[in-house]
Amino acid sequence: MTTHKLCTLQEAVAELIHDGDAIALEGFTHLIPSAAGHEVIRQRRRNLTLIRMTPDLVYDMIIGMGGADRAIFSWGGNPGVGSIHRFRDAIEKSWPRPLAIEEHSHADMAARYQAGASGLPFAVMRGYVGSDLPRYNPNIRFIECPFTGERLACTPALNPDVAVIHAQKADRKGNVLISGIVGVQKEVVLAARRSIVTVEEIVEDIKDHAQMNSVVLPGWVVSAVCHVPGGAHPSYAHGYYKRDNSFYKAWDAISRDRDTFLEWMNRHVMATADFAEFCQSLAASGMIRSLPQEVRA
Amino acid sequence: MSYTPTELMTINAARKLRDRQVCFVGIGLPSAAANLARLTHAPEVVLIYESGTIGARPDVLPLSIGDGELAEFADTVVSVPEIFRYWLQGGRVDVGFLGAAQIDRFANINTTVIGPYATPRTRLPGAGGAPEIASSAKEVWITLRQSPRSFVERLDFITSAGFLDGGDARERSGARGAGPTAVITDLGVLTPDPVTRELTLTAVHPGIDVEQVRAATGWDLRVSPDLRMTERPSEQELAILRDLHARTAQAHGAAAGGD
Repeated sequence: MTTHKLCTLQEAVAELIHDGDAIALEGFTHLIPSAAGHEVIRQRRRNLTLIRMTPDLVYDMIIGMGGADRAIFSWGGNPGVGSIHRFRDAIEKSWPRPLAIEEHSHADMAARYQAGASGLPFAVMRGYVGSDLPRYNPNIRFIECPFTGERLACTPALNPDVAVIHAQKADRKGNVLISGIVGVQKEVVLAARRSIVTVEEIVEDIKDHAQMNSVVLPGWVVSAVCHVPGGAHPSYAHGYYKRDNSFYKAWDAISRDRDTFLEWMNRHVMATADFAEFCQSLAASGMIRSLPQEVRA
Repeated sequence: MSYTPTELMTINAARKLRDRQVCFVGIGLPSAAANLARLTHAPEVVLIYESGTIGARPDVLPLSIGDGELAEFADTVVSVPEIFRYWLQGGRVDVGFLGAAQIDRFANINTTVIGPYATPRTRLPGAGGAPEIASSAKEVWITLRQSPRSFVERLDFITSAGFLDGGDARERSGARGAGPTAVITDLGVLTPDPVTRELTLTAVHPGIDVEQVRAATGWDLRVSPDLRMTERPSEQELAILRDLHARTAQAHGAAAGGD
């Protein structure tokens, strides 16, 4: 790539995410790369395959804005609140365009990323016993263990074109430190062809911040690192800011109606230049009391 | 002291957990019940959430399965692949504690879709961790409100296996564990018949009569000849549960704690 490892999120998305790509924005409730999702929408990427264990607000926005053709997932909802309405509208009513779905379980999605990171062609697990999911998803198949004869589920490895994650810290060489609930972030970055990491903070040397067994992604496996404080809002960044539960609840009303959704997206995402402006726009409308990066957890 | 049907359900579900059991906890009602158990009779219960938190001790109930609260006070936090592979599939979970949108007479559950899969009437969130929790935990408890819409004759979709077609179908399927050994609702407790594996009403809550439970069930409900009544919630159980919900609502900035 031609960009420097440390670059702006606009540069990273422009260079690394293309129309038609299979992208995986990961973060299991924690460290969800929301700012990167907005930037994908601002740059009007189209025909994306969206991979994510838990499509929530970040994919609801991309799907509602017409950016996606397909979703690969294991649980699609607004955690603790209910449905994600744009996702449902796309599946149930093909609005604004049809959304093909490929559905798995959490254990399987995690195993598929592991297989992808391991350079294996498929993941194997004791899974889907008695479930109807394999009847509707031809990517879930079964093999016999060559040693015990046990029937095991297998699914193809996931190797996204681009992995996108948010983390707490990176240093100037692009070494990334993730702490707290680490989800599948390491696996998705190692499984993907390219990767973008947004971070709360750039530090001089990650070695001064990471204990020996911390989850660190060396800079040489990461394509781009972007400094985006608050970039996981409304999810949280452990040690920086808390989950904005009231935003998740507010999203239910914003996203329920097509016009309300479009108006909100145009006002706060399309009409703002970057995530900092997005946050100011939210603050001006009273949706957040203070910028996420200014609320210490 | 009066109480709501949901409080009754949560307290009865909590009572089932024994101290030091290892419980893989679903979000919502199971999480409220598991934490109530931890705050009352089972202080050493080990709560595992699929976000990778082992030995979680949240001070308020999490709104999502991965709230910071869960990680903050956990014994350890592992990755999502690890929680499913080493801890669940590895056979280290005593009880899988699940919620559901719909259940059938053999305790199979649906959290995927109402109506045909390709043209759903209602699209539900999907499987999450449930299929493997249901087939890997040593036993499974399910808690949900009982109504003809949730207790249905036929599921549109089996997301996670209970006893499948009943009898020895589960054993033949290759599932591990004993499967759903209890379904705790706002009206009573159902347990599988030892032979047919059909859910049988074995207990009703105080003030609930059998006809009420039958009316809330979408199939011809079997009732145990030894039907018992659950114990009334104690003042202590109610006080601790309400305190937990009040702390939760305050922390989440709204009435988040259920009713």
